[in-house]
Amino acid sequence: MTKEECKKVVLDIIADIAPDEDLSNVKPEVRLRDQLQLDSMDFLDIVMELRKRHGIEVPEADYQQLASLDSCADYLTPKFLAVAAKG
Amino acid sequence: MKHARIVITGVGLTAPNGNSLPEFRKNLLNGVAGIERMEVRYMGSQLAGVCHFDALKYQKKKEVRVGTRAGSISIYCAREALNDSGVNFEAMAKDRVGIYIGCTEHGNVETENEIYNISKFNYDTKFWSHYHNPRTVANNPAGETSLNLGITGPAYTIGAACAAGNMGLIHAAQMLRLGEVDFALCGGVSESIHTFGIFAGFKSQNALATHDEPHKASRPFDKARNGIVISEGGCLYTLERLDDAVARGAKIYGEIAGYHVNSDASDYVLPNPVRQAECVRASITRAGLSPSDIHIVNTHATATPLGDIQECEAIRAVFGEGCPDTYINNTKSYIGHCMGAAGALELAGNLPSFDDLTVHPSINVDDLDPLCAIPGLVLNQPRRVAKVDTILNNSFGMLGINSALIVKRFNP
Repeated sequence: MTKEECKKVVLDIIADIAPDEDLSNVKPEVRLRDQLQLDSMDFLDIVMELRKRHGIEVPEADYQQLASLDSCADYLTPKFLAVAAKG
Repeated sequence: MKHARIVITGVGLTAPNGNSLPEFRKNLLNGVAGIERMEVRYMGSQLAGVCHFDALKYQKKKEVRVGTRAGSISIYCAREALNDSGVNFEAMAKDRVGIYIGCTEHGNVETENEIYNISKFNYDTKFWSHYHNPRTVANNPAGETSLNLGITGPAYTIGAACAAGNMGLIHAAQMLRLGEVDFALCGGVSESIHTFGIFAGFKSQNALATHDEPHKASRPFDKARNGIVISEGGCLYTLERLDDAVARGAKIYGEIAGYHVNSDASDYVLPNPVRQAECVRASITRAGLSPSDIHIVNTHATATPLGDIQECEAIRAVFGEGCPDTYINNTKSYIGHCMGAAGALELAGNLPSFDDLTVHPSINVDDLDPLCAIPGLVLNQPRRVAKVDTILNNSFGMLGINSALIVKRFNP
């Protein structure tokens, strides 16, 4: 998985948990909470959906890594690759 | 203030056969029921009363996703009632508005959904939703309504089984008289068709209706009745002290004339006609009326073989043969049993009688059970009557809770 593909996965999850938001112009370097109506429960949703859909665990200490699409990609892409490697 | 007159100034509702009072009333007068088949988890196709209101009329998609069906029903009904009341809501002191919503139960739907969800993950509870607790707290429907409307006064639910719809109104009237609030949104809601447990429970009790034709399945008083049709729905009213309503020139649907609540203390599920009769009598006494002054009695009858007979026994005990101007009807024959919403919806369906002097019938009575043949029953066809000044609404529930509420025509 590439970082761009990883961002797409995160955006797909956000589209489901924040269905009123316009995601066509999300800036990858800007904090998601600064450009979208997302609260702490929504971030728990992102964590839950990563777990359910992709088998990826995000420990609470790492939640800050999900702040922006860029940081999501940096943090999650190795996890996706690790899950893929496990088969 | 303790004896302030309390009036109904707005109605918002969603029923299986209508999403506004005019639509609901029209269908009650035209014999249009609202029962259909729906898939119920683990049980397959079942008869149910399903509401078809547009939740997105007053909620964002995210609110619908995060909240509950009962929350959406409450919000829809509250907004519709506020619009109907004509009150200048923006200018109101939101901390002086109360929300009092009757519920038969709440939380079963959401709990079942979560258990079903984790069943897909080998029952690993790390997949259990973080929304479970806010969705299942007993005050959820009232809380979601307060969030949606920005109401900061007291907002909670009243658990009173299937007497709950009446209880919402009664409690609101009490709070207005105590001066706790100046304006109330009150009534009842139910999302119960989304829990398989309630279907399975009634089926195990041999109290779940079956019929080849869905619209004929709910048939109180008919000899061939065979149980309850479970429905969802909601009805919330705006209630105000008369002085406030008059001061703002509000349209007034009717005045709360009397009420009573008591308990059977005799059985978990079987009704007690003696206590029901006591409840009805006490409400009439509180209203300063006699049984012969009651013009419409809207029955609770759910179409269970025994329950209908027992309510008829209670009505016979109170009204007997000496009330020629008292007419009896039933609304569940159209919409099934809307549980916590039942009392509030069924009252609403009768309020227009003050204006059109017509009593909506109980439908689906092809062969009247002789044990339900009480004087004044209005069956299958609407009945035009000389006078409708009072409506008495019965709502009874499991664990033996009884409520009777009387609304009278408003006379300044």
